[in-house]
Amino acid sequence: MAELTYREAVADGIRQEMKRDENVVFLGEDIAAAGGVFKTTVGLLDEFGPIRVRDTPISEQAILGAAMGAAMTGLRPIAEIMFSDFLAVCWDIVANQMAKARYMTDGQISVPLVVRTANGGGSRFGAQHSQSVENWAMAIPGIKVVAPSSPADVKGLLAAAIRDDNPVLFFEQKSLYAIKGTVPDGEHIEELGKSKVLRQGSDVTIVALALMVPRALEAADRLQEIDGISATVIDVRSLVPLDTSTILSEVSRTGRMITVEENPRLCGWGAELSSIVAEEMFFDLDGPIVRITTPHIPLASADHLEDLMIPSVDRIYEEVRKSMN
Amino acid sequence: MAQVQTNEPARIFNMYKKMLLIRAFEEAAAENFHAGNVRGSVHQYIGEEAIAVGICENLRNDDLLTSYHRGHGHSIAKGADPRAMMLELFGRVGGTSGGKGGSMHIADFSVGMLGANGVIADGCTISVGAAQAIKLLKQDKIIVNFIGDGGINRGPFMEALNWAKVYELPVLFVCENNQIAATTTTKTVTAGDGIEARAKSYGIPAITIDGNDLLLVDRTAARIVDEIRAGSGPQLIQAMTYRLKGHYAHDEALYRNPSEVESALKNEPMPRTETWLKDQGVSIEEIEKAKDEAKKLMANYVSDAHEAPWPDISDAFTDVQDVGSPAEGTNL
Repeated sequence: MAELTYREAVADGIRQEMKRDENVVFLGEDIAAAGGVFKTTVGLLDEFGPIRVRDTPISEQAILGAAMGAAMTGLRPIAEIMFSDFLAVCWDIVANQMAKARYMTDGQISVPLVVRTANGGGSRFGAQHSQSVENWAMAIPGIKVVAPSSPADVKGLLAAAIRDDNPVLFFEQKSLYAIKGTVPDGEHIEELGKSKVLRQGSDVTIVALALMVPRALEAADRLQEIDGISATVIDVRSLVPLDTSTILSEVSRTGRMITVEENPRLCGWGAELSSIVAEEMFFDLDGPIVRITTPHIPLASADHLEDLMIPSVDRIYEEVRKSMN
Repeated sequence: MAQVQTNEPARIFNMYKKMLLIRAFEEAAAENFHAGNVRGSVHQYIGEEAIAVGICENLRNDDLLTSYHRGHGHSIAKGADPRAMMLELFGRVGGTSGGKGGSMHIADFSVGMLGANGVIADGCTISVGAAQAIKLLKQDKIIVNFIGDGGINRGPFMEALNWAKVYELPVLFVCENNQIAATTTTKTVTAGDGIEARAKSYGIPAITIDGNDLLLVDRTAARIVDEIRAGSGPQLIQAMTYRLKGHYAHDEALYRNPSEVESALKNEPMPRTETWLKDQGVSIEEIEKAKDEAKKLMANYVSDAHEAPWPDISDAFTDVQDVGSPAEGTNL
């Protein structure tokens, strides 16, 4: 088992797949010579050359449009959109083109394409570089939506996304880039659409994604130590497909569900999950579902304000404790 | 390929027959739109047929093509089956996309037709990506991207031109300048010296031609397609033309000066091509017979479309993605 950072796991996953399949190519702004503005793709240019690892102009519509055109004609591109906020610039290609090409052509083609992007807050970038937009993606039929929380999942889920024949939006949380974790040696691939039970408890199920996962785990430890509350923590990992069977079975066991979401509150992914749980197992619940989210506001850049808005360990701990009374 | 043909009048006559097929298709499509058999929208290509046919005459089956909302003509010219297209407009089984695409989304990958598109200029960026794949896979194909004059004011056009030139890609942009963007005269909303100048500002060779002159389109395309295939990098043809009908079948285009339409009718590609054919010794009878055949063929397709079954409800749930049927409730 190697110890890698979340950041290193990105390049490691891309490297594994580019070695395996020569039709995998990688394009985006500043990804080649500079190794990515977050240094997630260092070394790939040297290893695979400028034809397969390509710096592009600042043209997000062309990046995704071209990646889609190439995906329709024999390649398996990985396209990087530097900040997930900029997906708004090229959302047309996501929502109107890549998500629908297979359907509108009655399956004449598929679009094997991965869009990687740095998502989320915590870096004081201000409102245009800090958004958690995974819930935008979840609202569009025809794309898969993945958001890993650990280095091993970055590599394994990225590999799975690259091998998938459908467009996948792959959200990397930029505040997680520095975290370390063990990654299995040799070829590593995970299955898309499976959530992971990271900690099993008996009183409450906390469902979290990406940056919220380590925070939920820490809060769960504190709940156990201080209050004797035993919590399950599930890492959702993939919003589409959504592993409802794992989530429903854990919630059914504990009788309570708390979602921890970084996306703004309205129409966050936890709202969808709450609706599913309410429809499927309302009478198995021992208490109301609780959603812990960033409020429905743009994010401020001030350390103090940003930290207060994004769910913290303290807030998760308090909200869960409160909900148990 | 144009250069190896010996019997030039016969070759042009075949191209003319394809133009007739497009004209007949568009007339039948509009007729059935007005009759309520074809819903949604139908953007007729009437008056612009010489461009699609003249360009595609010089393409191979494995060359690629992308188009926009006014895409029926391009699809037929590239070799898509007009019967399957008519079934698609009717939303029936046997349509090019099984009824799931519709008029603005005709695609036939078996003939390299990667799809018309409902979003103006989005075909431009998709095309440069396909061209990049062609280059990377070391194929000798090229891709043609048709775009209207209204599309040149959208960002993807500019992004794609830059991209195509930066990476020297085998793409031919064909801007069909029918001079009107939906209902607005394009020049009243376009700054600068126009399409050709925009392409040249990126270092892309560009030429403006009379798009209603079939032989000129054919000759120009023959040269440029060869150059691109030989590695010239991207090029652009601006083909001047005139949209004889409204933006879509419901639009009577009353915003236009009738005298403008009247003079355009004299310049439209069908009679001009007929005149050339007659000068070359093709008889009036042969021409009239070709017209009748196109109409009869289309009438058969329409009647087939009426009889074809509707898609099964289960078809609505296929080809979304490989995650099981969205119909399965919570099992997304």
